Amino acid sequence: MTVLHRVESESGVADTATVTAERHSPLEHRVAEFERSAVHGPRGVRLAEEPFLTQLDLRMPPSGTALRAVSEELGLPVPAANRVSGDERQGLLWLGPDEWLLVAEEGRAGELLGVVRSAQQGEAGSAVDVSANRTTLRLSGPMAREVLEKVCSVDLHPRAFSTGHCAQTLLGRAVAVLWQVGREPEYRVLVRCSFANYLADLLLDAMAEFLPG
Amino acid sequence: MLLIRCPWCGDRDEVEFRYGGQADVDYPADPERLDDTAWGNYLFVRANPLGTLTERWVHTAGCRRWFSVVRDTATNEMSPDIPSRRESR
Amino acid sequence: MTSSPNPHRLNASVRSGRIDRARAIDCTVDGRRVRGHPGDTLASALLACGITEVGPSIHRGRARGVFTADCTEPNALVQRLDGCPEPMLPATELEIYEGLEVRTLSGVGWLSGQRDTAGYDKKFVRSDVVVVGAGPAGLAASLVAARGGARVMLIDQHRELGGTLPDGQAHVSGHPATEWVGRAARELAENENVRILTRSVALGCYDHNYLLVAERRAEHLPVWRSSGPRQRLWHVRAGQVVLATGAHERPLVFADNDRPGVMLASAVRSYVNRYAVLPGREGVVFTTSDSAYATALDLLSCGARVPAIVDTRAEPPARLVEQVRAAGAQVYPGSVVTAATGEPGVTGVRIAGLDGNGSLTGTPVEVGCDLLAVSGGWNPAVQLFAQSGGTVRWDPVVAGFVPDSPGGRSARVVGAARGTYDLAGCLAQGFAAGAEAATVAGFRVAPPAVPQVDGDRPVGRPRPVWAVPDESRPRRECTEHFVDLQRDATVADVHAATETGMRSVQHVKRYTTVSTGVEQGKSSGVNTIGVLAETLAASSPGEVGTTTFRPPYTPVPLALFAGRTRGPLYDPVRTTPMHTRHEQAGAVFEDVGQWKRARYYPKNGEDMETAVLRECAAARTGVALQDVSTLGRIEVVGSDAPVFLDRVYTNKFSNLPVGKARYGVMCGADGMVLDDGVSLRLAEDRYLMSTTTGGAAKVLDWLEEWLQTEWPKLDVYCTSVTEQWAAVAVVGPDSRTVVGRLAPELDVSAEGFGFMRFAETVLRNGVPARVARVSFSGELAFEVNVARWYGQALWDAAMEAGRDLGITPYGTETMHVLRAEKGFVIVGQDTDGTVTPLDLGMNWAVSRSKDFIGKRSLSRPEMLRADRKHLVGLLPVDGHSLLPEGAHLVDQRAPRRPPVPMLGHVTSSYRSAALGRTFALGLVSGGRERVGEVLRAPVGGTDIEVEVTTPVFYDEEGVRRDGAAQG
Ligand SMILES: [Zn+2]
Repeated sequence: MTVLHRVESESGVADTATVTAERHSPLEHRVAEFERSAVHGPRGVRLAEEPFLTQLDLRMPPSGTALRAVSEELGLPVPAANRVSGDERQGLLWLGPDEWLLVAEEGRAGELLGVVRSAQQGEAGSAVDVSANRTTLRLSGPMAREVLEKVCSVDLHPRAFSTGHCAQTLLGRAVAVLWQVGREPEYRVLVRCSFANYLADLLLDAMAEFLPG
Repeated sequence: MLLIRCPWCGDRDEVEFRYGGQADVDYPADPERLDDTAWGNYLFVRANPLGTLTERWVHTAGCRRWFSVVRDTATNEMSPDIPSRRESR
Repeated sequence: MTSSPNPHRLNASVRSGRIDRARAIDCTVDGRRVRGHPGDTLASALLACGITEVGPSIHRGRARGVFTADCTEPNALVQRLDGCPEPMLPATELEIYEGLEVRTLSGVGWLSGQRDTAGYDKKFVRSDVVVVGAGPAGLAASLVAARGGARVMLIDQHRELGGTLPDGQAHVSGHPATEWVGRAARELAENENVRILTRSVALGCYDHNYLLVAERRAEHLPVWRSSGPRQRLWHVRAGQVVLATGAHERPLVFADNDRPGVMLASAVRSYVNRYAVLPGREGVVFTTSDSAYATALDLLSCGARVPAIVDTRAEPPARLVEQVRAAGAQVYPGSVVTAATGEPGVTGVRIAGLDGNGSLTGTPVEVGCDLLAVSGGWNPAVQLFAQSGGTVRWDPVVAGFVPDSPGGRSARVVGAARGTYDLAGCLAQGFAAGAEAATVAGFRVAPPAVPQVDGDRPVGRPRPVWAVPDESRPRRECTEHFVDLQRDATVADVHAATETGMRSVQHVKRYTTVSTGVEQGKSSGVNTIGVLAETLAASSPGEVGTTTFRPPYTPVPLALFAGRTRGPLYDPVRTTPMHTRHEQAGAVFEDVGQWKRARYYPKNGEDMETAVLRECAAARTGVALQDVSTLGRIEVVGSDAPVFLDRVYTNKFSNLPVGKARYGVMCGADGMVLDDGVSLRLAEDRYLMSTTTGGAAKVLDWLEEWLQTEWPKLDVYCTSVTEQWAAVAVVGPDSRTVVGRLAPELDVSAEGFGFMRFAETVLRNGVPARVARVSFSGELAFEVNVARWYGQALWDAAMEAGRDLGITPYGTETMHVLRAEKGFVIVGQDTDGTVTPLDLGMNWAVSRSKDFIGKRSLSRPEMLRADRKHLVGLLPVDGHSLLPEGAHLVDQRAPRRPPVPMLGHVTSSYRSAALGRTFALGLVSGGRERVGEVLRAPVGGTDIEVEVTTPVFYDEEGVRRDGAAQG
């Protein structure tokens, strides 16, 4: 029998061991298409989905003790504006003056939510599991920046945007979080699930120029 | 396409923002004590100068923060508003 | 023996030209084969072949010839027929390629019915310094700015850098200027911070240094050789802008000035020097300034004869006169060409004297020629400068409109674009502007010394003549003095405009259509202003002023603006995780904002009406299932969340117990309904708010606005979780059974799980879920929420759990009928931004004990009027007629002649399975007082009688929501 009003809401954080239902990511049916569209070599660019990454939206006063405590517990410094601390396995993205996105490997939402909430204890702030809210596209290859420049007006020149930078912005007509994860360049694009197919279509169209023949 | 400086994210194209009208029109502390004219003025009356206007924008496609800037309505030149009263959280 | 295909091509020993003579290119013009070389434009190839005549003029059908060598061309406009058909391309700009096929036009082209499959690309870039124009001034500016380390973008219309230098014979540091251009081009190309865009037109220059640049990427290539996008639109944000846009030469206006063989003097130079084409063997030069003397010298040096140089000035500079006389030309100072003779092509000119008052003197003499090179002076290309907010003024010294110095916002204008026509001056201005722009952009650099140059150096003041007087006719009869060749507009037309009383150049432009062709006034504008100034006896063209300079600078295909935003990429199509299931079930979809929502699920060829009646019946008598994953969801967290929701909702949420749900209405400060939805209280400091499908983003913005700008001290944080969740509504008397099977751990009994409660549980398939007992249909209903990626599994599990009960998927249409039967409104359908909660009869949801956003507005006198429109039910009297949504409602006694007083309109209208009849909701003036009245809805010539009722049609007592019917 379920207790009707649990105070801590952890709904949606699945203990995958007992789940018998299939989980689907928005772009899982497009893997083969992504492979066909990949271009290698000095004018190469590739697109792939990295589904199911753990994502927590953190809101806290920037000057409060909760932020320091969370940062210490996670072992991640508080990132400066438009920057990411940590790395692809566990990174803290700046989204705004009092908002961060914690991105980690798949299946860590419950654990990390616990860590963050206990560090926030008693202070103003919120931590919300948004892992299923967005999926992640990975755009990489020497021409990756050229491709993004076709759909995004943020200055992506290495003088202005490089590894460890992030931006919430528009790609075409979809809001996305852009995160440069490597020098090649290599980007992660976090986008709301319902926009994922649109964004994939848009990026594939922008990549078409580099397809041989 | 204006270039708007979000105080948090930096320079971004106008399409990432939504306009919020004249800045510093405060919600009255006790609306019930305002007569109909005063309340009507709060609701509907806004400045419309040829020249500088302090106005609000929200960075909807970015950090979602509201901020205000001073814009010359004749030239669209923009400069940051120096917040006199707004507390940042 | 075959004749040469290019009889007018100069020997390489005379002029090498910027063409590749080793290769030939054949193209087709009006079915004729035209041979040229790489480097030729279609116009230069035509002239090389000896073809001077192009399509006849638009209205008068007069013969016309190639007139310019640039984008101001009014005559040689062609329709491309091969590859991607496109109208109105200037032959003077069109680079030839093998297989090019065109038809010459008479001022009008046509849009192809063929689908344009070419790629149109976009690119968004920033640059510290953007330089428009790669002539000497632009190159100089780019070189310096790049040396300073700035990100530089250099934009030029042409295939090659150098501007007009390849058209002339100037020298820099003792070498031909083209060598200096080559060195500059190499230096720029080797600098990784420099981007050079050739074949690229800066279409517009907008606020905050925003430029749009159209790059032709594949148009000079035959279709079979081109890959990638045909054109690319660059959205350029510049730190600093340097405009080195050059100048356009003006034509001269005299009788029959439109004959083939009349050509701009600068164009003649361009054809001779750049393309090694001699456009005529006997060339008269008619000029108002120094620059055309170089044309005469070029013609002479190629073996052509120059029987006359006709100069409006009584005393042209002696140095120039001596030079051309020494080369064999005769100068006619203080003279004009009064008329071109010959038909269709020029065979001669008539020359007469021009006195100080502008009147003809003496007896005209006739001189034979096959080419008439004209120069009416120069117009600085101030288009981009003016678009970006700069103002221009008339400069009598250069006889042109120049940037009003310092002028503009931030653009620096250099070289010919500001009326500087000597090479040394252009280089000096370019260097200085480049250094200044880079320095301001943060890259400190000093301008270098200007090299020694030997080039054209205008010394004498020009003497512009706007319209040469006719030998016999007054102005109003000067119907062959053309001011706009493309529009066939003449001095007589301008005169007629002033006769009707027009004074403003804007009016005259529209009356005569002058400058409305593809050249947009670049060649015709200033002459018209000059003619108008004379007609109106204005002191100078400056007093008349210019028309407004608007983008684009040159015509551009609309497809380029669309870019990849067409077809499926026009707008994002948003789908839920269950979308493929809806497709498999044969759903018909409707657009709700960007979402595709299942509208209904026709079975065995059902139409919508039948399908909806079936779906409704299932929901009211069995069990039905809807995907409600599109509803907006916002987590509102913080110790002040209860206070905050009390302020944004009209009803109270602070007293909502944890574990319970409540419906809420939000208003704007003006008291009008903004959005509605059910909020769950997850914890003391935590709510999950739901919004309408279309209102999700708007509501989040709204909440943030109040939190950030009015109540920053509140401890509340809002996070959008719309797509964290997937949800289904399980509706109907059998829904309890289905949800019980779906979530076996959950007590779904009426006693164990009351209305407006929610619970967290784990479904049979192991998926954690949140289940709420909310109803938008009046029936017993549950909403089941799971993490988005389990959406499809949830749908499948629910369908499986209800299979034996005939569970029926239903769409938005059925949802609409079910809710309307209960009188539940849809914000945005039954409301339109002018409707308050009181108008909707929702007094029960409007708190009297607390303030909320919009409350004060509800007591404004306007809101208390008895004739405000109220939400009412509407029953067509015959029970079969379906009222169209939007239909107006009028009083039965109202007169049927306009204006007919309107009482209101229909907002929602359906057929009801449960009621066995049609019904509707509507907004009607004083509607609650009209219950029982019969109104009329005039529809398509007949009236439908409708009875006004209360808006609840079904289960008014509300017993069904607990599943009472189940017993
Ligand atoms: Zn921002």
